[in-house]
Amino acid sequence: MRERTVESIVGVFMLAGILALLLLALKVSGLSASLSGKNYSITADFDNVGSLKPRAPVTIAGVHVGQVASIHLDPTTFRAVITMQIDSDENKLPNDSSASIFTQGLLGANYISLTPGFNQVFLKNGDQIQNTRPALILENLIGQLLFSIKSSSGSDKNSTSN
Amino acid sequence: MLEQLQTLGRVGLRFCTDLGRSAVFLGRVLTRAPRFTKSFPLLIQQLYSVGVLSWLIILLSALFIGLVVGLQGYNTLDKFGASQQLGQLVALSVVRELGPVVTALLFAGRAGSALTAEIGLMKATEQLDSMEMMGVDPLWRIIWPRFWAGFIAMPILALIFSALAIFGGYLIGVEWLGVDAGAFWGNMQSSVDFYDDVLNGVLKSIVFGFVVTWIAVFQGYDTVPTAEGIGRATTRTVVYSSLAVLGLDFVLTAIMMGGW
Repeated sequence: MRERTVESIVGVFMLAGILALLLLALKVSGLSASLSGKNYSITADFDNVGSLKPRAPVTIAGVHVGQVASIHLDPTTFRAVITMQIDSDENKLPNDSSASIFTQGLLGANYISLTPGFNQVFLKNGDQIQNTRPALILENLIGQLLFSIKSSSGSDKNSTSN
Repeated sequence: MLEQLQTLGRVGLRFCTDLGRSAVFLGRVLTRAPRFTKSFPLLIQQLYSVGVLSWLIILLSALFIGLVVGLQGYNTLDKFGASQQLGQLVALSVVRELGPVVTALLFAGRAGSALTAEIGLMKATEQLDSMEMMGVDPLWRIIWPRFWAGFIAMPILALIFSALAIFGGYLIGVEWLGVDAGAFWGNMQSSVDFYDDVLNGVLKSIVFGFVVTWIAVFQGYDTVPTAEGIGRATTRTVVYSSLAVLGLDFVLTAIMMGGW
């Protein structure tokens, strides 16, 4: 009887460990999203992906519809090719939809936002989104801003001296 | 001067001898083939005293560490307006570092010292010798189940620790400080990788479990069979295994991050 109790308590202990591993796998690392087979993948070429990472969310109108599966460089065009996994529920995406890379807040992570188009032909597994807008790189924007400020103040000086 | 050199040499030689003896000891334990019908109940019994009885201290420390990391993280992240990333911070620090390391330190203090004291007392009261007299191999009867019980129990305890600490972070972040639950779990899931983070944490805890149990069992078996010797061996177990865990943690992290 005593031995039985010990055995069952040890069993519960082992189960708790397995349960914790499952919890860490599914709830913490979000493994389930990449394992569930009910999605299809589409690709898109971007000029610049910024700091987009694999498994970043893909959204339509702010609603999570999938995730980034992989990012790699096209060796001939030197553009970034992004493969996205979209939930099969969203299978009515027009094929003239556009994809843009946005940032969550000022310091947040990057994500992809899809803007549906108007065609009656829908995107299928393996299709490519033609219409893309690259990530906004904050440093580039600041650079452009500084440049335009500098050039405008320079032209002011020129005009006053003339 | 010469005497100091002599002392240094003696200490170095003794260290080498101890290391060699512990390695031989480990080899002899590992090569003991299990006899399933007899070893299994012994293993279960040890899993109970090593693993299940450490459960309460692991549970409480995990909860408190989760709460503290959540609170500290929230206060710092909030300065940057990034309190949404709290889940990521808690999960990564717990799964990668705090879970395996703190569990191993607690395990060394709770289970390792008990193993050493138990085996040491058996040696001091000549139970090990009398077993040998009766033709029962003490390495197989005493050491083998304890070693494997520690090896198995430690990763499980670390997993439970990680899960509970993240739950503690959730309690403080979402329930008390008002971080959005969706952002908490969502940011966590998008940044924690199962293989790179969770499985590496598990790997760490397996290595720690192996080392801590090895040190504990060897110190017990190698103890000077007096009351004072047992005390010293127990102290050495805790000190050596804590140092080993922290040192190994650095090496393992460097390997995992550096991609050797």
